Amino acid sequence: MSDRNRRARNARTVEVVMKVVTGACVALVIGAAMLILGKIVISGIPGISLEFLFSKPGMGMRAGGIFPIIVGTLMLVTLTAVLVLPLGIMAGIYLAEYAPKNVVTRIVRLSIANMAGVPSIVYGLFGLAVFVLLMQIGKSLLASALTLTCLTLPVIITSTEEALRQIPSDLRQAALALGATRWRAIYKVILPAAAPGIVTGSILGLSRAAGETAPILVTGAAFFLPKLPDSVYSQYMSLPYHLYVLATQVPNVPPEITWGTAFVLVAGVSIVSMIAGAWRSVQRRKVKW
Amino acid sequence: MVMSAVLEEVTAEAPFALSEPVRVDADRAEKVSGSFSLKDVSVAYGNETVIAGVNMLVPSRAVTALIGPSGCGKSTLLRCLNRMNDEIGNVRVGGTIALDGLDIYQKSIDPVDLRMRVGQVFQRPNPFPMSIYDNVAFGPRTQGVRKRDELDAIIEAALKDAALWDEVKNHLKKHAFELSGGQQQRLCIARALATKPEVLLMDEPASALDPISTQQIEDTIAELKDMVTIVIVTHNMQQAARISDQTAFMLRESMDQPAHLVEVGETKRMFTNPDDKRTESYITGRFG
Repeated sequence: MSDRNRRARNARTVEVVMKVVTGACVALVIGAAMLILGKIVISGIPGISLEFLFSKPGMGMRAGGIFPIIVGTLMLVTLTAVLVLPLGIMAGIYLAEYAPKNVVTRIVRLSIANMAGVPSIVYGLFGLAVFVLLMQIGKSLLASALTLTCLTLPVIITSTEEALRQIPSDLRQAALALGATRWRAIYKVILPAAAPGIVTGSILGLSRAAGETAPILVTGAAFFLPKLPDSVYSQYMSLPYHLYVLATQVPNVPPEITWGTAFVLVAGVSIVSMIAGAWRSVQRRKVKW
Repeated sequence: MVMSAVLEEVTAEAPFALSEPVRVDADRAEKVSGSFSLKDVSVAYGNETVIAGVNMLVPSRAVTALIGPSGCGKSTLLRCLNRMNDEIGNVRVGGTIALDGLDIYQKSIDPVDLRMRVGQVFQRPNPFPMSIYDNVAFGPRTQGVRKRDELDAIIEAALKDAALWDEVKNHLKKHAFELSGGQQQRLCIARALATKPEVLLMDEPASALDPISTQQIEDTIAELKDMVTIVIVTHNMQQAARISDQTAFMLRESMDQPAHLVEVGETKRMFTNPDDKRTESYITGRFG
């Protein structure tokens, strides 16, 4: 009897301890995130003005704004999205809906997972060797976008596949039983239902692309350019690389310029995520099971 | 010609007396379509044969109930009739299954076309995450119907046939998930009917529903059998007795051997005077 009591008391103690420990870990993570965000917001906001957002850098980047840098980043991310989204989503659809369940498929899936773990500078060197030199695209928006496409592809493929797998197979069966082909079932029923998950994964992947420095450093991002890129074969300036330049390559940059640049990058990514989140919750309200 | 040949062939070896055909109406039977004949049908998952030696006729414009204990292959047999088993992979179907005399497993048959003739309603209501209207319109649109007034007419007819029209006629744009479980299942019936199938397969369509919804589904089935052949899998013996014209009893007597068809015949006789002792035991609730 007392033995059983002691065991029950021990179990309760473990319960309390685990709750505290896991809770503390969450608090630590949130605290660290808040600290980083807080520093960027507090130090960055003073540098933000219309002039900062819409003018060119001046005085060896120690003054002026970051307009060409914002434009360069937008162009790079848009071009990457155009390349990676169709490719990644289609590949995800194939893996989730069509791929036979065999060794080859498992190897493909494993390779994709491994691709996600390759350091980004390796993608940069690959892009330099293949896109810039071998294919003779040269250091350019296109070469960088192709490199970032390789980098984000695993994220997009994996998240698309996951999103599709979460759709109850009941729906798939219902569509097929009505005489729909596989593709019609996917296009009309499965894909719309999985859209929120696919969008989340896409935003996540593109956010990462927007913030990458190493792969673009060697494939087309410019230290300083007096004009905006005029084609996909032009070099460009970009927020993460500019940040690196301001922080390490140029002496005596006023801190509000450096932090302001960081703020614009973080705010841009956050705004896109928030729009996607809002759209998702509207979709969720419509679709629930 | 082909049809009668197959029928004769099957009936010659049929394990049940043909002196008790369901709904004796020779005149009509020739005109209406949607009859299945199964000859020595077997199903194997990989190396394991799970169903063997099924011979039976599914008469047109009547309700055939498949009964038997869990795991006896009722649902598997049902899914052979619209080739939904094809989607699982690693499933082999042996013997001959003919729809109006046409072997549905021959190479030239596209399962996609077959499924427009043989619809299915599933165990759990599974409406698509879209409006009531779009749910029912899915099949016709798949068949290429685009004109709005044509679609409207098909959808109204299908919802009426599924006894749902009066409840939803003013809410066709509403999301299907706003309907109750029973309404959702009748929506799924309407969705299946909208492709104008000759046969409707139902896999325990009321097992996830409350008694009132179940009653409504049963009433709907009674209404429908004049327009479409129905094959229904059910765990509920009373339900089989209430709604079916013909009953087939399947049994898998041990895990070492495949399931087989114990007995098939007119429902009234099956429930009052079965030929087989095992049928009697099952129906009277001694096992299963």
